[in-house]
Amino acid sequence: MPDSNAVLAVAGLGKKFGDFTAVDNVSFTIAPRGSLAIVGESGSGKTTIARMIVGLERPTGGTITACGADRSRPARSRKDRRRRGREVQIVFQDPYTSLDPRQSATETIDEVLRLHHGWPAGRRRDRVTELTELVGLDERQSRALPRALSGGQRQRVAIARALAAEPRILILDESVAALDVSIQAQVLNLLADIREETGVSYLLISHDLAVVRQLADQTVVLRRGQVVERGPTGQVLDDPRHEYTKRLRASVPRPGWKPTRQFFPSRPDHPSHQNQETTSS
Amino acid sequence: MSAAIPLGAGAARRSRPVALLRQTGAAGMASAAVIAAATFAAIFGPLLAPYNPDLPNLSLAWVGPVGGHLLGYDFQGRDVLSRLLAGAISSMAGPLAVVILSMSAGAVLAVASAWRRGATDAVVSSGLDILFAFPGILLAVLAATVFGAGLIAAAIALSVAYMPYVARVLRGSALKERGQPYVAALEVQGASGMSICLRHIVPNMMPLIVAQATIMFGWAMVDLAAISFLGLGVQPPTPNWGVMISENEVGVLQGYPLPAIAAGVCIVAVVIAFNILGERLYERAQAARS
Amino acid sequence: MTGPLLDVRGLSVRLPVRGSMRTVLNDVSLAIRPGEALGLVGESGSGKSMTARAIGRLLPRGAETEGTVRFGGRDVGALAGADLRRLRGQVAMIFQDPRAHVNPVRRVGDFMTEALRANQGLSAAEARRRAAGMLAQVGIDDGERRLRQYPHELSGGMLQRVMIAAALLTEPLLLLADEPTTALDVTTQAEVMAILDQLRREFGLAMLFITHDLELAAAICDRTAVMYAGQVVEIRTSALLHDDPLHPYTAALAAARPDITQTRARLRAIPGRPLSAFEAPPGQCAFAPRCPHAADGCREQVPALAELDGGVSRCARATELRGVLEVADA
Repeated sequence: MPDSNAVLAVAGLGKKFGDFTAVDNVSFTIAPRGSLAIVGESGSGKTTIARMIVGLERPTGGTITACGADRSRPARSRKDRRRRGREVQIVFQDPYTSLDPRQSATETIDEVLRLHHGWPAGRRRDRVTELTELVGLDERQSRALPRALSGGQRQRVAIARALAAEPRILILDESVAALDVSIQAQVLNLLADIREETGVSYLLISHDLAVVRQLADQTVVLRRGQVVERGPTGQVLDDPRHEYTKRLRASVPRPGWKPTRQFFPSRPDHPSHQNQETTSS
Repeated sequence: MSAAIPLGAGAARRSRPVALLRQTGAAGMASAAVIAAATFAAIFGPLLAPYNPDLPNLSLAWVGPVGGHLLGYDFQGRDVLSRLLAGAISSMAGPLAVVILSMSAGAVLAVASAWRRGATDAVVSSGLDILFAFPGILLAVLAATVFGAGLIAAAIALSVAYMPYVARVLRGSALKERGQPYVAALEVQGASGMSICLRHIVPNMMPLIVAQATIMFGWAMVDLAAISFLGLGVQPPTPNWGVMISENEVGVLQGYPLPAIAAGVCIVAVVIAFNILGERLYERAQAARS
Repeated sequence: MTGPLLDVRGLSVRLPVRGSMRTVLNDVSLAIRPGEALGLVGESGSGKSMTARAIGRLLPRGAETEGTVRFGGRDVGALAGADLRRLRGQVAMIFQDPRAHVNPVRRVGDFMTEALRANQGLSAAEARRRAAGMLAQVGIDDGERRLRQYPHELSGGMLQRVMIAAALLTEPLLLLADEPTTALDVTTQAEVMAILDQLRREFGLAMLFITHDLELAAAICDRTAVMYAGQVVEIRTSALLHDDPLHPYTAALAAARPDITQTRARLRAIPGRPLSAFEAPPGQCAFAPRCPHAADGCREQVPALAELDGGVSRCARATELRGVLEVADA
């Protein structure tokens, strides 16, 4: 499966916080224009992986390669940091704290453009307009402060900000989890449109299997820092092999679903706590 | 809860000072008026003084309010009102310098240690804790001993004493901003720490900084007045409210309290005004956070 | 008792926000029979949480209400003193974030046995025994040990189970559950939902289950009510809600959700965004601006809640649209 054309390749990635292992030997690749989902519950390490890829955390083991360049170690210069910013970008979960409350969308996007390009004001203005139109914000919304915008509108601003750097990979860290169902649908459609138009690849971090089905071609299931199953999304969700994936799948409410009590042992040495990876592909 | 404000209801831009002031209520606005009056006196005092504030005339010492002399004469026969007006500048400039110095130094330390976190934060915090142990007046006395008495030495000493307090108060707010996802987003974009701190973190701390500076002006005024009262700050014959209290102190017991009390009232009024305004601004800063 | 246990009629609530009164609930009517579970589904601004708070007499200060909330035949708004305390014993509430509703410096046991000792006069030992027994019912076996722990020592899922146990200890008649599983992992959610469902039936409790997830409500509630912009727009038997909805909003909401069994090219998103009661255009159907089936009549007056096929709908065109409101995708 190693893909030399991969736009993102993660191999043997690990992260320990003191004695606690948050991420343990995780490997995956994303092809150009592809989309991969990392599925897991709390404590699975999925957010830590995202933070390591964008450089907010430092891996304790393994390698991360994006657009052919290694980024397992922190960037050494400001130029390097900015270059990395043009390779991988991220949209966070909480629309209420991921924007500077004192800046409008226009100002936010403009700042990013000034960071990466030495363009004159006119060209920047045009590009800001292009981006706000791409994410579906009108003129009033682009000039408003975040507190005048709804959660869905703020996420659009966050997406536009991320795209302003023209990244090859966009990490969506539970980016629609905090949105109302009807707004979530709009943003999911928007993300699908953006991927078609710009050819960006997605790394989707999510606990929501339906969202994963909608947006990701490939899926990796994570539990307590380890990969337990991987494969094309359809296969992993329709025909799960690992116990944990099956349990996850069975826990999702759908028409006709009834929750049943299961025996959750609390002893850590019970076999159901062991992770043994199974592949669906 | 996506509760967007409908169109037109207010994509309120940067808070204008006037609107800000109106939100502090009647007490806040009254305080602002007092402060404005004191500032006006500081700038234009010597011009407004009806009589010469510096010329002594011992034959008129302690004479009460008569003729055009609304507050009478002080212990050296100088017009009290003129002296108050002329003394405003030294009484206000000192605290201003203290606030500017201590807030700047404190803010830099707070933001720097919040940004770096880890070891830097621990070392700076410990260093500040040590400095915290020295009360302002003690440092002023030390400074006077080493550098000689005077307003500049006293102001610097007080700034050093206040700085750890400022740093501690601002550090909490700086840490909170530092931990917000919008800061992380800028880091991922490749923005430098310096530009994130200056363009994003500090501006978002502004309501707290302004509130803190306002309250501190009041404290600095009291401390500097006390230092001048002790003879270690502004030196006579330079007019200064704190000095006027000590100069005219003997008159209080002899039945001529007006000069000393008048100076005291000036100090108290301005300090209370700064306290009230500062606390209102602080409340507003806290409310805006939530 | 022959009538409904909980009977809400024409409930409207206004709250003071920055000086002016804002409508958050607009003519809400619903009823729950003893032992019945009603789901209450809505997005932001729908007023679902506010409805529960109004029922539990937990509205913020300064709130103005119209309409009635009757519990066991008595007007909840008129209760005071001992009667109000009795209501609190009969109506239990569990919230989305248990940590915000429990004292972090008291042990779990203290918190659970407090009401029993105060209201029912049980001895400490007897109360603890009952608490441990209830913990076992919610799947916490080492109850005695857990009672001695502090809230921060328990995980979110476990703490929520403790809250359920605590709520059931007072032997209430009605349980108000406000998004109790929203903050939990999906596997934990399934377990907690199963516990809630099983115990509710065993104890014969009525329940108002609030959530944003239509399928979740349908899973354990006999009937489900859907709210939009502070109004009830549909109440229906849960089993029929998905296949035969009576209101375009319900159909649109179900259709907007991604499907775990298949990838669709694009989701059927509802244009615009969910409104609160005070944002809704007055004098017309609140959903009309976003409704694919809106007709001129919909914009001329506020449609009334009307009965239809065993349920209720606030759509003027409900009868015409039967069978047209597709939820299942092609």
